[in-house]
Amino acid sequence: MKRPIAIMDGNEAAAYVAHKTNEVCAIYPITPSSPMGELSDEWSSLGKQNLWGTVPLVVELQSEGGVSGAVHGALQTGALTTTFTASQGLLLMIPNMYKIAGELTATVFHVTARSLACQAVSIFGDHSDVMACRATGFAFLCSASVQEAMDMALVAQAATLEARVPFLHFFDGFRTSHEVQKIILLSDAEIRALIDDELVLAHRARSMNPEQPVLRGSTQNPDVYFQCRETVNAFYDRTPDIVQRAMDQLAQVSGRAYHLFDYAGAPDAERVVVLMGSGAEAALEAVEFLQAQGEKVGVLRVHLFRPFAARHFLAALPKTLKALAVLDRTKEPGAAGEPLYQDVLTVLGEAQQNGALPFAARPRVIGGRYGLSSKEFTPGMVKAVFDELAKHQPKNHFTVGINDDVTHTSLSCDPHFITESDQVTRAMFFGLGADGTVGANKNTIKIIGQETDLFTQGYFVYDSKKSGSRTVSHLRFGPDPIRSTYLVQAANFIGCHQFNFLEKTDVLKFAAPGAVFLLNSPYSLDETWARLPRKVQQQVIDKQLKFYVIDAYQVAQATGMGTRINTIMQTCFFAISGVLPKDEAIEKIKGTIKKTYGRKGEDVVRKNYEAVDQTLANLHEWKVPAQATSRLEMPLPVSAAAPDYVRNVLARIMADEGDELPVSAMPVDGTFPTGTTQWEKRNVSLSVPAWDAKTCIQCGACALVCPHACIRMKTVPAAALTLAPQGFASAPVKGKDQADQRYILQIAVEDCTGCALCIQSCPAKHKEHVSLRAINMTDKDPLLARERANFSFFLGLPENDRTTLDMTSVRDVQFLQPLFEFSGACGGCGETPYVKIVSQLFGDRMIVANATGCSSIYGGNLPTTPWATNKDGRGPSWSNSLFEDNAEFGFGFSLTIKKHREFAGELLKQLAGDVGETLVSEILGACQQSEAELQQQRQRVAALKDKLAANRKPAARNLLSICDHLVKRSVWIMGGDGWAYDIGYGGLDHVLASGADVNVLVLDTEVYSNTGGQMSKATPLGAVAKFAAGGKRMNKKDLSMLAIGYGSVYVAKVAFGANPRQTLRALTEADAYHGPSLIIAYSHCIAHGYDLVNGLRQQKLAVDSGHWPLFRYNPDLKQHGQNPLVLDSKKPTVPLQDYIYNEMRYKMLTHSQPEAAKLLLAQGQAFVNERWALYEKMAAATPAAGG
Amino acid sequence: MNLTTKYMGLVLKNPIVASASPLSESVGGIRRLEEAGAAAVVLFSLFEEQLQLEATALEQHLEEGTESFAEALTYFPKVGDYRVGPEQYLELLHQASQQVQIPIIGSLNGISSKGWIEYARKRQDAGAQGIELNLYYIPTDPKMSALAVEKHKVEVVQAVKAAVTVPVAVKLSPYFTSMASLARKLKRAGADALVLFNRFYQPDFDIEELTVSPTLHLSTAEEIRLPLCWIAILRGQLRISLAATTGVETSAEVVKYLLAGADVVMTTSALLRHGPGHIATLLSGLQQWMEAKEYKSVKQMRGAMSQKNVADPAAFERANYIKILEKYKQEYSLKA
Repeated sequence: MKRPIAIMDGNEAAAYVAHKTNEVCAIYPITPSSPMGELSDEWSSLGKQNLWGTVPLVVELQSEGGVSGAVHGALQTGALTTTFTASQGLLLMIPNMYKIAGELTATVFHVTARSLACQAVSIFGDHSDVMACRATGFAFLCSASVQEAMDMALVAQAATLEARVPFLHFFDGFRTSHEVQKIILLSDAEIRALIDDELVLAHRARSMNPEQPVLRGSTQNPDVYFQCRETVNAFYDRTPDIVQRAMDQLAQVSGRAYHLFDYAGAPDAERVVVLMGSGAEAALEAVEFLQAQGEKVGVLRVHLFRPFAARHFLAALPKTLKALAVLDRTKEPGAAGEPLYQDVLTVLGEAQQNGALPFAARPRVIGGRYGLSSKEFTPGMVKAVFDELAKHQPKNHFTVGINDDVTHTSLSCDPHFITESDQVTRAMFFGLGADGTVGANKNTIKIIGQETDLFTQGYFVYDSKKSGSRTVSHLRFGPDPIRSTYLVQAANFIGCHQFNFLEKTDVLKFAAPGAVFLLNSPYSLDETWARLPRKVQQQVIDKQLKFYVIDAYQVAQATGMGTRINTIMQTCFFAISGVLPKDEAIEKIKGTIKKTYGRKGEDVVRKNYEAVDQTLANLHEWKVPAQATSRLEMPLPVSAAAPDYVRNVLARIMADEGDELPVSAMPVDGTFPTGTTQWEKRNVSLSVPAWDAKTCIQCGACALVCPHACIRMKTVPAAALTLAPQGFASAPVKGKDQADQRYILQIAVEDCTGCALCIQSCPAKHKEHVSLRAINMTDKDPLLARERANFSFFLGLPENDRTTLDMTSVRDVQFLQPLFEFSGACGGCGETPYVKIVSQLFGDRMIVANATGCSSIYGGNLPTTPWATNKDGRGPSWSNSLFEDNAEFGFGFSLTIKKHREFAGELLKQLAGDVGETLVSEILGACQQSEAELQQQRQRVAALKDKLAANRKPAARNLLSICDHLVKRSVWIMGGDGWAYDIGYGGLDHVLASGADVNVLVLDTEVYSNTGGQMSKATPLGAVAKFAAGGKRMNKKDLSMLAIGYGSVYVAKVAFGANPRQTLRALTEADAYHGPSLIIAYSHCIAHGYDLVNGLRQQKLAVDSGHWPLFRYNPDLKQHGQNPLVLDSKKPTVPLQDYIYNEMRYKMLTHSQPEAAKLLLAQGQAFVNERWALYEKMAAATPAAGG
Repeated sequence: MNLTTKYMGLVLKNPIVASASPLSESVGGIRRLEEAGAAAVVLFSLFEEQLQLEATALEQHLEEGTESFAEALTYFPKVGDYRVGPEQYLELLHQASQQVQIPIIGSLNGISSKGWIEYARKRQDAGAQGIELNLYYIPTDPKMSALAVEKHKVEVVQAVKAAVTVPVAVKLSPYFTSMASLARKLKRAGADALVLFNRFYQPDFDIEELTVSPTLHLSTAEEIRLPLCWIAILRGQLRISLAATTGVETSAEVVKYLLAGADVVMTTSALLRHGPGHIATLLSGLQQWMEAKEYKSVKQMRGAMSQKNVADPAAFERANYIKILEKYKQEYSLKA
């Protein structure tokens, strides 16, 4: 019987079993595990049933801590319950994991193993998170591949029910969770065969039930706690055999045999590596290759890590073993060795002690680390380990895969040791996120996997920018199962879907000799060749590549596909590669198109069909000449003027050479210089704004709304422009007494993402052509060189004097230098304008606590970071602690400020004789509200430092170390709604209640944006989000009213697109307020589902419809007998539907559930009306005397 | 008294048809129109561009930003079953045709021949008993001749007729050099009925914002004269069903249109102003008039005052123009 195959990734494979074998799934989004929860939710919403014929309940909690509590509760009351998580999320579950295990409760947690946040956050894979849970009492079962993720999910579920020991089933984040493979699907009958209903009934029978009440979770004393803890031993002793029995049962029904430890390689191997996870697949590939060359090597792949089954472990190793290398994908600084290594040593030591060692002599054991944060782990690295084992004195506690030039732990690897099989098609595709390359490749894998007997593999590498991001797809197709759990090393097909990548990326670095090179080029065939950089031409010639060219954008344009070239490039691949007969392939592509886009309308399908047909007519092969003729050199990634660190380190990361950087190039504590995005000229947009000085009314709106701080304003004396480059635009300053001043609006065209928000913001219209404004989009190419020179000149012009500017004037604030620039945020981002404004207002004395999320990614993801400094070297100091603790983290800043200001005051008084009474009293008595006052205080502190510099008294040295605190600091606690409304709410509430002088900026996109659109408590009624596919049924939490309830918190709701002046007033009042301030900022977002060029219009509609009323609540007003609540927007004038139905998050419900949409709209409108009435009443009330 | 009438082959219980409006956007709304006495309902118009735009927007906005960033490979949940414009429309058409007794006429506003045919056929399959083609097109290209404009319309009608078996009505604007000639061409192309007239929605200027703003105002009884005139002219010259639309505010307009020669009288603005119940008011007004004037049937009334049947056919032609101008001059010279 032919078994059903499926094309899926590891997340889907594990979730497939979890959903079928559980009744409750409690989840919280975290990368890379989120898709498991999302799929479960999707399946339940489609009515998919579990083994027992009921649809599992899927619920989203406010944090992983919350999830683990809910899981514990559901388990205790008898439901088969599971969860999915990773990294910090798993860490938050640890307390409950001890409880669940201590109470011998059957459950499986499915974990996409991921790095932990240490010196930095990483979303990628290693076993650090899992290893942090070793002591909880969970059993650990590891999967190394997508097929195993499905099989072991079932083995774990079967085993936990019998053993009563809870299981942590884990597989490598991204490498397995996101790798797409062709696998054999477990049928319901096969799953059924392993799940014993008697054990399910026994699980339920142990549940809390008032009909047979019990008490669980008592408090114990020294007399019995210890004994109680030892009661579980027998359960752990039995577990390995139970797991093996489940594996044997699986083998019986599926034919796939697994063991607790699976050995492969030479039966008489002398050198063996031990490891678990996806790396074991690459190791197996290396072992097979070396064994074929006669080497006596083997690999022991660990499935059951805990309980560690010593007997099985020893039995699995060949008796001829002489040397063993234990590889851990984690790091425990300060430990005697990493966890697996230590376990192996213990087992061997005990066996030797007991005389039970099954080898002639005790083998030498070394341990090493590999693959942290998804670092590549290749057969070449495995060979390096075997080579090391062969040495007389092999290195212990080694690393492999990096160059450790500091403590010299690393093994050197041969980059030319490649085991890729010629029977396998290996393809690499370089695309833009926006061009659909990855989606098309996923389709290709499906077509080949489903229509042929070939095995398939797809792995996708994304960059960390959210605009203009590059994707690299790695695809393999071959006749045997593909175990190459590493990126393609020698591609025989390379597709470059963007011509300009050739200047930035070494696209052909991994091209095998004789490979196909397919290029999407906007030029004719001849011109394309001529325009290739010399290096690329030479590579094509040297490697004897077959070179194909298509103008995919032209085909897309002609067939109504716009800029989506996915179908076109996919068709090219099939037409050239010959993986399938061409006609058959075309037919299959069309079939997939129908399936994928069918429900989106026939027009979409038709356009895709036309694109397929047109592709074949426009695809050409270029006869490669014998000589390279190009004079184009690949430009340096950064300017030669960049600082050393940028040129030597960050530029190499930009050029995809980060893997080659040695340990010595890295900071020891995660500290990086700020202001580095200015060196990464990404040039992601072909069209940019151009300023029309004559039409401009100099209002500053365009500069204010620019999400990437690409529009800058200055006024300078006319004389300052004497040496301006040709074509440098300026205009007379509008206003009184400014006759000799010139106004400049300069655009950083190389940093612009082309979002066009600036154009939408411009109120000025050209007199003769009303379609033109004072700022208009235009092609970048013709003005690139000129504007590059202009921007450089502009930066050299003096900054406006901060003391002369009104910090609540939209125009004036734009003359302040942004200290947050050129971030990696999405084009048209609705969050970054707020962040930028805050940096303009307070950046030179600002310290930022940033919750994990979009703002920590665009704010702090390497290679370059956007937080910048002014000419004096001052600027925001930024840090990200975690997701859940951000308010407390920022609160900690305020504690230091408070203490150190106080201490500095005490020391100042002590040292009055040394530094002068006058200076002391001036410093301590200084008012620091206005810019002028702040500048004066800075001068005083500078004078103080001069006086202290030579003073060796301990008090003086102490004062010198903290006197910077005497200049007023502005603490900003920033994050998204997922943090503020959900996971961090408890902490936020406490900090707001503390009275601390901190400013909280909530960038409210009303959804978890960074992890892909999951519902938060900020999601409005009726909006569709992940976990709210049927539209959210509860109202958005009114965070502002909760804070207002304290009466002592400054609270404002702002929307810069609706009323920028009100935003500025709120921000400046928040900073001035001596206590906690909370600003909730409406942030339009890509997850709202509309073209963000309309973001400002939507902000206005959000306000005018009453969805987002603007107000400020200032407790200080009470002291003046005024009502603290000031409404800044008018009574709703626009029906709610006129706002919400411009956004797909609401609109899609009218397509999927029209009746529900209607009902939710009516409820939403009623809620808006009620809330407005309440606010109006509050704002009209007469305040109690005296506040 | 016999109120029945025949419109493009459909036998209707009376001559009042609810034309395309938001009132027919739901099955409940259609049912209310039927209960109020409407003899048929023209379903609200779907614009071909709108359908394409909606499908494209849905696809684009659900996919925007996907597969670009490792943490957010998608932004929206997959929804098992959702429908875009044409499917929802067809579902409504299907449901309505099942749940009401009166005929439902599907309305379509198109631009491409392909679009016309595809969407017309789907309307028929979903249960429409007739199709109304709304040929609203403003030829702004100076190189496009009047003949070419007419030819395009004729081709659309031919193509749709070839694709469907239910009767096809054509809704026209009044601005043609030779309206009668075009009407004849359309009949020859297979049109079963003409709906006179479509109203132009010329945009206005917002002089504060310097923008062009779309405007829509409901028609008034004042506006009936142009269609009244052309129905009266065409009735008797062409054997084709005629539907009068625009300006039906009271039963007086219904009577006028029937006398001019309309087979049915369509109304929207009055229903939007007064609600679906206004149909009953129109019908009772018609009946009262017929009683008073001793008309036994609508058939008897139809075309009684068409150009052919009036005592002074010149009233519809140039002579009337002269007469009006003379009257105007007299009035104003006296005042002066």
